[in-house]
This record gives sequence, structure tokens and C-alpha cells, in this order.
Amino acid sequence: MSMITPIERDEQLLVVEGLDKSFGPIGACRDVSFELRRGEILGIVGESGSGKTTLLRCISGQLEPTGGQVLFNSRRHGMHDIFALSEQDRRRIAREEWGYVHQNPRDGLRMRVSGGANVAEPLMMNGRRHYGEMREQSLNWFERVELDLGRIDNKPRTFSGGMQQRLQIARNLIHNPSLVFMDEPTGGLDVSVQARLLDLMRVLVREMGLAAIIVTHDIGVARLLADRLLVMKSGFVVEQGLTDQVLDDPQHGYTQLLVSSVLQI
Amino acid sequence: MTMMEDQAAAIRIEAIAKTFTLHNQGSTLVPVFANVSLEVAAGECVVLSGVSGVGKSTMLRAIYGNYVPSDGSVKLFHDGEYVDITNAPPHVVLDIRRRTMGYVSQFLRVIPRIQTLQLVMEPLLENSVDAGEAKDRAEAILAMLNLPKALWGLPPATFSGGEQQRVNIARVMVREYPVLLLDEPTASLDAANRQTVIKLMNAARDRGTAMVGIFHDEAVRNAVATRFFDVTEYRLAA
Repeated sequence: MSMITPIERDEQLLVVEGLDKSFGPIGACRDVSFELRRGEILGIVGESGSGKTTLLRCISGQLEPTGGQVLFNSRRHGMHDIFALSEQDRRRIAREEWGYVHQNPRDGLRMRVSGGANVAEPLMMNGRRHYGEMREQSLNWFERVELDLGRIDNKPRTFSGGMQQRLQIARNLIHNPSLVFMDEPTGGLDVSVQARLLDLMRVLVREMGLAAIIVTHDIGVARLLADRLLVMKSGFVVEQGLTDQVLDDPQHGYTQLLVSSVLQI
Repeated sequence: MTMMEDQAAAIRIEAIAKTFTLHNQGSTLVPVFANVSLEVAAGECVVLSGVSGVGKSTMLRAIYGNYVPSDGSVKLFHDGEYVDITNAPPHVVLDIRRRTMGYVSQFLRVIPRIQTLQLVMEPLLENSVDAGEAKDRAEAILAMLNLPKALWGLPPATFSGGEQQRVNIARVMVREYPVLLLDEPTASLDAANRQTVIKLMNAARDRGTAMVGIFHDEAVRNAVATRFFDVTEYRLAA
């Protein structure tokens, strides 16, 4: 085998093939296929109920698909169907190599422990024990997400919504994942906070060279953050491609409707 | 024609057509043009001509991979080979845009809150130029375009139309792309700044950049064009 092939193969981080997920008679995701490379940001857009979050939960190992495959290129196992691995191995991949940013920071944070402990916890879960080092890294991440260092010992419930979301992002990046899932990360934030968060996510993703999958119903967010888009309707991917191409020259009727429904300022 | 083929073309447009289908308006077809072929060699500046609505911007966008032609191909010389941007995978299109093809659009579209200087440095950083050199080059191009120094540290959202347009031009001209697409880059500029941009475009052309542009201002057009390409001939009746 030549030297080129494994490297090219290595660029693929996630390959989803013919993924189906139904809840009883309801098909939430139907025959979804796509792939993701290292360093790429993929946006998933579509109206409420189109299957975006279900898809994200399936590919992040939280929901077992009814059919199809989710291949992830992990450090330990190489390219492998995550649902063919043991529950333990799958959890380990999630812990070591993934981040998951919830729409509501309360779902992704532990509200009873300090902000600093929230950020350091993923390091502990990955076996780190040196308290001083973890503290230092937490402080470093507080700075990177522009949180006030003086608040590191406060509990997240004393933080504003925007601060909680930045805390959640720090918690999900500190262990140096290769893939981060984000479910409406800027939903529920006011626009000035949202702009700041977008800028921050873009910079972090580029600096760390990680891949991200971002579910959003906000076309503006998708345009600014995502390299590529998947457009979902009724569980199907109706269109996918380069972000600006999908938004500027949509080919499918639903995408045309979606794009033409965006309010102009 | 033979001479043109002898010179390696940077852009090779082969029989492209574009018809928009409006699915939500009873699948109305909006035909724009068909059977457009054009080759652009290094050091050429081809100016697209024709009245408004004839499809000049559509053609430019098809070259950039922003619009999907209904037929034909657009091949770009990238990394030692021709790549058809109309069916290249997204990461290849992004790589072409990062390294080979710059596009000055009419509007600046960027993430709010990022400083102007940072925005102009970005295309260099993406091409692994080190931060110090990127900063020097960004400052040099902003100075050349007469953007007041006081604005460099501010995000361009509150800038005037002409200032935003100069940021837009700086973001592209800060690098030497082998291919440049220009959609009315001088439309909102005053006479002095227009001259600066003409100078920049001519310098790019002279060092071998292949350029395709749309300019409504006749003086600008004549100052930069090496030839004209009339899109009207390929127009489809609506």
C-alpha cells in the first residue's frame, strides 16, 4: 500500500452510512449518509421536528440507530462502527475524543459544583489527578472563553446564560477532543452574546483543528460557522453541500423555502 | 484560438448553462444563459459585459462554485491539475478558494465583532503565513487602500459603504491568488480610491493573475481589461 492512502483515509473522521432511526411507527431519521473530515464544521439545519437532534444523538452514541452505520476514526480503534463496539468502548471514545454542547447549558453543566470544577472534570474523568495542573488548565480555559477569572470558584447558577454557555464550551474542549457536537449552541442567547460566542467558537475550532457538527435552526449562524450544510426535512437529508452554495443557490424546494423565509435586517 | 490553448488556461469554462428552478412558485423555470465557453489565461483580465440581468454575476458565481450550473463544467488549474469546481467535493472547493481563487464580492459578509486587521490577516493565517508577517502585510494593504488607521482595530460593521468595500478588497488583495474574480469592486469608491484599486488590479494582472471581472464604470473597465466577453450572446429568453 502506498503512503498516501492511509493519510487520506485518516482525514475522514466520521462516516455515516444509511442511518435510520424510528420511534415505533415514526421515522425520525431516514437513510442519512454523510462524512466529516478533520477540521471541518458541518451545520445541520431544518425546521423543528425534522430530525436534527435525533441525528446528533445517534451519531454521538446516545441513541442506537434502527439501521445503518456510524463509523468514527478513534485513536484507539481506528475507523470503526461505534455501535459495533462495546458500551464501555463507546463511552470511552465519548469521554476521550468527543465534546457535546447542549442547547441548555444546565443540561451540560453540573450546577452544584464550581465553574472551575466543571471545566476540570473532563480531565479527571480521563485519569488526570494533579490538582495544581488541572487548576492551571481551568484558569487557562476561563481566559480562552473570556470568563472572569475571579468567578472560577462560583457555582454556574450564579452565571448569566451567555457565561454558562461559554463555561459549557470550555468544559467540552479542555480534554482536546477531535469532534464536538453542538445542539443549538447559540439558541436562547441575545444577539450580542451570540456574536461573541460565534467568534469564539470559530477561533477555537480553527486553533485546535477539531471538527464540529452544529445543529441550528438559525441560517445566519450556519452561514457564518459552517463549511458545509445538511438540510433536513421529515427525517431525510434533502440537500447537502458547501454552505454558501446551498444557501445562495438552493436546489431543493424545501431549502428554497427555508432560505427565502429568513428575515432581513 | 490555437494560441490561447497553447498558453495554459487558469480557468476553462466549457458550455455552462444556468436555469433556476423555483420549486415554490409552481416550479417556474428562470433561464439565464446556455452554452457559455470561455478560457482565461494567466495575465489576462476578462471583463464580462452586457446589461443588468444578463447573467454576469451568475457566471462569476458559477466560476466560484457558489452557483451550480445546470450544465457544463468550470475547470480551474489548481495544484498542478484541472479541477471541475461544479462537481468537486466541498473540501476541494474550499481548498481552491483558500489557495487558488480569490473573490471580491459587492458585500462584506463576516462574523460580527472581529477587528478589521484580523479579518484582513485571516486569508494569510489560513495559508500558514506566520502571524507577524501576516500583520505586516495586512497593515500594508490597508494603508495602501487609505483606510484610516483608527479603523483597523474596529469591526467593519459600522463602517461606510466605501470603507467596507476597501476591507473587502484588502482581504483578497493581501494574498497573490493565481485567479481573481471581481464583482464591482470599485462601485462604492471615490475617484482616488478607485485609482488605487485599478493600480492593484493591474499589478496583479502583470504578475500573471488570471482575472474575470464585472465593472460598470467604463473608465475602470478600460483601464483593466485585456478583453471583453459579452454574456448577452448566450442569453436565454425568460
